[in-house]
Amino acid sequence: MDRDRIETVSLRWLRRLVIAGFLVVTLLPFWYMLVLSVRPIERLLLDPGSLWVPFGELTVATYAEVLKSVSDGGQGFLTFIRNSGLVALAATALTLVIAIPGAYAVSRLRFFGRRQVSALFLAVYLFPSIVIAIPLFVVFTRAGLRGSLTGLVLVYISQTLPVSVYMLKNYFETIPVSLEESAAIDGAGRLGIIRRVSLPLAAPSVMAVALYDFMIAWNEYLFALLFLVDRPDRWTVSLGLSLLADGVEVPKTVLMAGSVILTLPIVVLFFAGERMLTEGLTSGAEKG
Amino acid sequence: MTTTAPEAGRSPTPERSRRPGRRPLTLRRRESRAGLALVAPTLLVVLAVIGIPIVWTVVLAFQRVRLATLRKTGLFGELTLDNIDRVLHTPGFADTLWTTVLYSVGGTAGSIVVGLVAALAVRGPFRGRTLVRASMLLPYVAPVVAMTFVWQVMLDPQLGIVNDWGKRFLGWDQPVPFLSQESTALWTVIAFEAWRYFPFAFLFLLARLQAVPAELEEAARVDGATPTQRFRHILLPQLMPVIALIGVLRFIMTFNKFDDVYLLTGGSAGTEVVSVRVYQFLTARTDIGAAAAQAVVLAVVLLVFVAIYLRFFGARREA
Repeated sequence: MDRDRIETVSLRWLRRLVIAGFLVVTLLPFWYMLVLSVRPIERLLLDPGSLWVPFGELTVATYAEVLKSVSDGGQGFLTFIRNSGLVALAATALTLVIAIPGAYAVSRLRFFGRRQVSALFLAVYLFPSIVIAIPLFVVFTRAGLRGSLTGLVLVYISQTLPVSVYMLKNYFETIPVSLEESAAIDGAGRLGIIRRVSLPLAAPSVMAVALYDFMIAWNEYLFALLFLVDRPDRWTVSLGLSLLADGVEVPKTVLMAGSVILTLPIVVLFFAGERMLTEGLTSGAEKG
Repeated sequence: MTTTAPEAGRSPTPERSRRPGRRPLTLRRRESRAGLALVAPTLLVVLAVIGIPIVWTVVLAFQRVRLATLRKTGLFGELTLDNIDRVLHTPGFADTLWTTVLYSVGGTAGSIVVGLVAALAVRGPFRGRTLVRASMLLPYVAPVVAMTFVWQVMLDPQLGIVNDWGKRFLGWDQPVPFLSQESTALWTVIAFEAWRYFPFAFLFLLARLQAVPAELEEAARVDGATPTQRFRHILLPQLMPVIALIGVLRFIMTFNKFDDVYLLTGGSAGTEVVSVRVYQFLTARTDIGAAAAQAVVLAVVLLVFVAIYLRFFGARREA
């Protein structure tokens, strides 16, 4: 056997091994989270090394406790879910409303400063958020906006806008100009073109951007911590989980149930979005 | 009511009379105006919530401000170099900066190496490839709070699975408090960083790998190059520009990171990075001036690093 043959064969096996290894390393923490969330804490302390739930141990009391409101002796995660959902949905909707016209302008219209906009966004995107956090903390404290979800939504919009505009712009650029021109000849105005031609064609990309915005807002931690820490009734799921995990009062298994609740929507959205992104919608649009 | 109608009707007239026969320019100007109008909301939000705060942080860095005295100080209070001076000479600041550099370099390099291995492994087709690829992105998209919490519990000395297995299968005498002892905490945080962000490098590298023309590798194979030689001399040079780009992006992002370190260790056991320190000054000590000064130092150091990198990288590419 020559070197080429040895390498080819061994690399083929190595590759299978590596793929299996990666699957274990990426999925194990998620599996571990799920297993712990349905085990009673006493059993976990006795046997911390188990990767499956022994028969008869299975419990959903952890979920009941984490979801119940504080007055009922639970951890109040239902309120957190509502807060997170409200903030994430509002931020997503508003970001799209602002980003779609902006992205269209950057991709299609020649205006003063058009080239600089992209560079500005990249700079903003890479700037330390802790630098922005300080004056926002000051302003929000002064304006009494600390503890308000509206302030948080505003911050999330600004955090997701640059990438949203960038992603949408790239997509708008792939739509043939001739489509828009024929709409213009048919008498459509600028906004009419965006609404009737560009937007329907860009639907998959708009959905992808919406998913991205929702995930960022749902997962965000630093600004929620800075603005909401004094107001337990306004906590988001992320914030609630991290603050409860700091103490020793709440059993880890109950918090694991909280982690599952925090992670599940994102994982579901992610797998749903994967498929959506692959659908090509522009093919054949010009012929009809 | 009577004045608005003629006003609206009049405005286009002078323009038309001033420039007879230059309609294309007018169309161009209309396009320009529409463009600015459509992009204005975006710019406004970014300017109000990001641009102004950045400028303000710089101003705060040169002011004597505490949260308690905040109501009295305006935007244009007395300027002083006190904060910067204090920050640079406080014990611990140099350590923090060094930790940040180690953490950023380690996290960046780790995530790129792991991402490269992953990209090479799933490059060719096999059954279930789409699912494997999607699963590999999970650490990156899942909420940071949940992921840090799971790691904390997994590494916990009492009820964590890692120490249990370590004692059972690897013969550890004592449970290892990974996140709370100086000798392991920073490495654990770096490992977390590599685990959580390798999908970022993986995505970019996989896309680039798929764009490498098949003829290149085919030609090398015909010339007798073995798989490792083909990787070293064909694929790696093709990937280098992307690796450099991911490197600079990940370095900047890791350098600025707050969540991961704060949630894993709270900045204890020698893992305090600048962002966490800024947060402590801001909330625990309510010393806004000092917090802002450190944030500015963070931004400046970052700019210097990126400038050096671009210089070095730019020179390398020309040669």
